[in-house]
Amino acid sequence: MTKSMSGARMVVQALKDQGVEVVFGYPGGAVLPIYDEIFQQNDIRHILVRHEQGAVHMAEGYARSTGKPGVVLVTSGPGATNAVTGLTDALMDSIPLVVLTGQVPTFMIGTDGFQEADTVGITRPCTKMNWLVKDTAKLSETIHQAFHVAMKGRPGPVLVDIPKDVQFATADYVPMDKVKIPHYQPKTVGDPDQIARLVELMESAERPVLYTGGGVINSGPKASQLLRELTAATDFPITSTLMGLGSYPASGKNWLGMLGMHGLYEANLAMHGCDLMINIGARFDDRITGRIKDFSPRSKKAHIDIDPSSINKVVRVDVGIVGDVGEVLAEVLRQWKARGSRTNKDGLAKWWRQINDWRAVKCLTYKNSTTTIKPQYALERLEALTKGRDRYITTEVGQHQMWAAQFLGFEDPNRWMTSGGLGTMGYGLPASIGVQIAHPDALVINVAGEASWLMNMQEMGTAMQFRAPVKQFILNNERLGMVRQWQELLHGERYSSSWSESLPDFVKLAEAFGCKGIKCSDPKDLDDAIMQMLDYDGPVIFDCLVEKHENCFPMIPSGKPHNEMLLGDADTQGVIGSKGAVLV
Amino acid sequence: MAPLNIKKGSSSHSAYDLRDPNAEVIEQHTLAVIVDNESGVLARVIGLFSGRGYNIDSLTVAEVDHEGHKSRITIVTRGTPQVIDQIEAQLRRMVPVHDVHDLTAEGPSVQRELALFKVAGKGAARVEALQLAEIFRANVVDSTLESFVFEMTGTPEKIDAFADLMRPLGLLEIARTGVAALARGV
Repeated sequence: MTKSMSGARMVVQALKDQGVEVVFGYPGGAVLPIYDEIFQQNDIRHILVRHEQGAVHMAEGYARSTGKPGVVLVTSGPGATNAVTGLTDALMDSIPLVVLTGQVPTFMIGTDGFQEADTVGITRPCTKMNWLVKDTAKLSETIHQAFHVAMKGRPGPVLVDIPKDVQFATADYVPMDKVKIPHYQPKTVGDPDQIARLVELMESAERPVLYTGGGVINSGPKASQLLRELTAATDFPITSTLMGLGSYPASGKNWLGMLGMHGLYEANLAMHGCDLMINIGARFDDRITGRIKDFSPRSKKAHIDIDPSSINKVVRVDVGIVGDVGEVLAEVLRQWKARGSRTNKDGLAKWWRQINDWRAVKCLTYKNSTTTIKPQYALERLEALTKGRDRYITTEVGQHQMWAAQFLGFEDPNRWMTSGGLGTMGYGLPASIGVQIAHPDALVINVAGEASWLMNMQEMGTAMQFRAPVKQFILNNERLGMVRQWQELLHGERYSSSWSESLPDFVKLAEAFGCKGIKCSDPKDLDDAIMQMLDYDGPVIFDCLVEKHENCFPMIPSGKPHNEMLLGDADTQGVIGSKGAVLV
Repeated sequence: MAPLNIKKGSSSHSAYDLRDPNAEVIEQHTLAVIVDNESGVLARVIGLFSGRGYNIDSLTVAEVDHEGHKSRITIVTRGTPQVIDQIEAQLRRMVPVHDVHDLTAEGPSVQRELALFKVAGKGAARVEALQLAEIFRANVVDSTLESFVFEMTGTPEKIDAFADLMRPLGLLEIARTGVAALARGV
């Protein structure tokens, strides 16, 4: 049964058929017909943002916390170009999004019309796939294909550009089950022979480590469950990238903490010293590997990834397994049990003794103060006072992001939303709203720095309008902290443009938006202030004035291997590689 | 706190490791890429090469299956073996790409290019150009009293060789199609 309808109605119908409940968007001339259709129905909720970049980050937060695709609707020209940062962010972090953009009418394309931009040209390198639909008859099919491509294989953002005349014209609606399945069908089942090779390596390994990433989260909750089973069955130590936090619980006994540039000592040294590295859904990012030549020099490496181009891209591996993490882990466990596999008990016991020695260094130790709030202390208190609650955390980008990753524990997947690959300042506030829209009753906190937060602060208006009680926990050091840290360590303490002057009064700002503002600068008042934030029924802007010159450690200076990690300010004295900095 | 004593300009100054970890032998490979013949597909493929810093030595594209809307893109590229593998993997994961063949790695292949040469000259030079064209099995497709246009099909090396010979004889212009290639046998 096909039904004839306008292109605009087709868009709304296709979204409904895809099970879309929420669209984040901003109207404009070239999408008015679609907004008219949205007005005349009640199934899809439209969240009016304050800037198109905010819409895309909200959709990312929504997608990351639900496993469903996030949907965005914006107008042509500036609407589309404002979405570009969010699209690039989603591409880097493999977040499924369907972005619909209006376009000038087909007969005007190429004439430099009002609010015309070459949207598919501009977004080609920052989407997984995009389409310009010039014929209403192909519109519904294209939207259904867009959802297919966004979700299948390695997820990512897709964009459908819809000229205004295509929205007005009528054609037959092609329902989901009648859509020609695109040839795009990535392989999800791993090669059993390669998996058998991995299982053999796991049996003999003396110093194994599981190195997990965002792919575990993208594969779905089942993958996290299987990862926990595998860790329990083998007793292997496990670490994760920034993107993979929560796939293995922070309270789990095999957990080493995050790895990488600001990762934990024990995690990075385990990576450096292991004899078998099993990469599960991570991509050997440069923030993880440091200097490639010295990256884990004595290990056999296996890599499980749904994207074949991730395998051997930067680090050559001994066993490459292309497939969905969940399906591959299920097969690994099946073979492990079927063979009655045992680990190398003696080797593993020795390895754990070594790891426990590294743990004993307590690399996250910092010098606390009774007069100034240390950012680490603020996060420790936030962690303690929210323990046991089903809590969703988003972050902006910088020092606070790394401290949040170090000091907050994640017990479950989909609870941690951060901009990893692109490092987009201004991500956290809109992302927190997207999470809150998806989980209206949950506790959603954006751990922010004041500089990042200001980049998309207009979205507080969205939070107020849609009653999203997001908590903005701003670690305010009046500095671009991470930039300042690099300038201190690597650019002769010349602090070029890295301090925040003329900051707003955040409490008054909160009042101006109509929400609650809290300011805290004394460690003694911190617990009460945090409780006040948690107890308030509505959005809160929490201005937490912290130590201005705190540096984030551990730190692997870039271009250095994992075993040349700096543990604290004392280590930065003199040349990198001197006694204070060289470890192991 | 004392600043780190790092030599200015060393890669430690960068957020990235600036050294090429894979400085090794460069190979030339010919890739055949079967794609949906839709708008923007060539821009997508070329954008991959420019965006990721891969080389294109030669590129040809044309529809080869009208009913199935398929085009064949033949790309001659160069890089280390790891880069070539990466190019193939990056092409393979693009949505409108159906198939990728590394004709260099998969076995013997035939590679042909068509070229047109405009040669101007009089007297002995003109005669010599014609004789050389015969040796190279180039066809005369246009002639005036002062010029010829030769058409030749062959490997890129053969076309280079012919061009070298024509240069002193009055070569004015060359138009080349780029390489088209097929694997030998079935």
